[in-house]
Amino acid sequence: MASSIPASVPVDALALAAPAVRGGAGARRTRRLVLAGGVFVLALGVIALAAPWLAPQDPLRQTLRARLVGPTLQASDGKAHVLGTDHLGRDVLSRVIWGSRVSLLIGFSAVLVGGLLGASLGILAGYRGGFTDSVVMTIADAQLAFPFILLAIGIIAVLGPSFPTLIAVIGLSGWVGYARVLRAQVLVLRSREFVDAIQALGGSVARVIVRHILPNVLSSLVVVATLELARAIVLEATLSFLGLGIQPPTPSWGVMVQEGREYLDSAWWISTFPGLVLMLTSLAVSRTGDWLRDLLDPTLRGE
Amino acid sequence: MRSVLGFLAPKLLRALVAVWLVTTVVFVVMRLSGDPVPLLLPPDAPTSEILRVRHDLGLDRPLPMQYATFVGNALRGDFGRSIHFREPAWSVVVGYLPATLELGLTAFGLALVVAVPIGMLSAIHRNSPVDHAAMGVALVGQSAPTFFLGILFILTLSLKLGWFPTSGRGGWEHLVLPALTLGAFSMASIARLTRSAVLDVLRQDYVRTARAKGLPELAVVAKHTLKNAALPVVTITGLQFGTLLGGAVVTETVFAWPGIGRLAIQSIYNRDYPIVQCTVFLSAILFIVLNFAIDLFYGVLDPRVRPR
Repeated sequence: MASSIPASVPVDALALAAPAVRGGAGARRTRRLVLAGGVFVLALGVIALAAPWLAPQDPLRQTLRARLVGPTLQASDGKAHVLGTDHLGRDVLSRVIWGSRVSLLIGFSAVLVGGLLGASLGILAGYRGGFTDSVVMTIADAQLAFPFILLAIGIIAVLGPSFPTLIAVIGLSGWVGYARVLRAQVLVLRSREFVDAIQALGGSVARVIVRHILPNVLSSLVVVATLELARAIVLEATLSFLGLGIQPPTPSWGVMVQEGREYLDSAWWISTFPGLVLMLTSLAVSRTGDWLRDLLDPTLRGE
Repeated sequence: MRSVLGFLAPKLLRALVAVWLVTTVVFVVMRLSGDPVPLLLPPDAPTSEILRVRHDLGLDRPLPMQYATFVGNALRGDFGRSIHFREPAWSVVVGYLPATLELGLTAFGLALVVAVPIGMLSAIHRNSPVDHAAMGVALVGQSAPTFFLGILFILTLSLKLGWFPTSGRGGWEHLVLPALTLGAFSMASIARLTRSAVLDVLRQDYVRTARAKGLPELAVVAKHTLKNAALPVVTITGLQFGTLLGGAVVTETVFAWPGIGRLAIQSIYNRDYPIVQCTVFLSAILFIVLNFAIDLFYGVLDPRVRPR
């Protein structure tokens, strides 16, 4: 987001906005919060992996007798539908559980794609500087200068919605975040004496980057990746909601919210539960990213 | 005057490169997306008719030529005729623009009017229950997916309570829910940033001086804090406006709001290239002009960034 901040902004204006969280009770509390966030993501991962065993029912099986049943422990088909059923009689809880697979699979893959691309370009721009730097950063600005969702929609309309397309598009939409942060750090690191020393000793550029620069920027990378994970999950759901992401009948939280839209008045639970789970996931993951940043690298604040 | 130009020229250049990149990508993507002609004609149209329409639309020429024509015409505001509406794309898009501007400006105004006082209040009463509650809501608002927020508003405020209509454009009551949905993210971000900006200024020496000479707290905040805290807020606010443009696509779809965001989505489904290109171009220009204005406004607010 920081891209279009005029270059002339006094840097301290934003940096000073960071409260000092270092040391003492504050840091201990932050560490605990990060842990809690980590546990949440882990739990979600376990739920996604164990979906076939955890989900009480087949997420795709339609039961016409039990259509639009509200949350109940004893429906007319003799089954418990804790979160109700949708317009085709499918169990909402089971679909929400299976939906976590889609969200996490696309979320993590997109983070991997965006992270690899963004980190490489960021390190390249920071290390090479000059023209390379200008080109990379101009493209980054151009991408940020534009509501990416329009572009994503266009690309998906062309290639057709599929898992690989979604992962590529969502991944591509996020590379700028990594590139900007890593470029700034590499710019500083490159001019440090230890880099000169390694090069004087005959160390190759690749060695400097892999052995000495990467370990130094790893914590920032983790912070950006966590924040990007939240964004990727929301973007997948948004595209699916617009009909451009995961296609029915595959359970995805965005698809479920879309499917329940027509029944909001009579069967509010179809849209509400997957939406709430999505909101909670987004909140938990992005907060974890914030806390991680406070813990690992408070200077990243104000981005 | 020359120094002002020297200050703005690099920004202008970058902005132009950005517009060019965005429009080129859109051109390539749209041309790869398949032939729109079968969508225009009845399924039993003869081949000769298909070829004639392709020729009329210029789709039978080589891509580089189509691209050159596209760029040349775009510079003159000519994006060709809409395939779906059978009117010049520019006038179609401009016809949908007021609805988007109305929604965007209302959302933006709402965000500012609500967020800035809340952020200030939070900063002044730091760590009070008010502060915690406001920042808690802001955090949720920042991470809530726009489309679901819209659905929640429709469900609670429209269907259950019956306060507002569920969709469409009309009187002010039609505007409330879409504006709230679209503005939620900006509202949350601006509130959080205002809080930290005001806190930052309250730590400065001149604020201590103002307090030391016995000024009441309100005067300290009103006279010495506001203008200085405005700087980062203005920056982020400008960025938020760009986010608003993107959010308009989703919000307009959820609320069936007849703006350019919804038009863009429908045009993608219709393979209506001219309209898509025109909306994309227009949004990019709008965003860039806004950022430009913010750069200028910055100079007004902070003499330190003025070119010497």
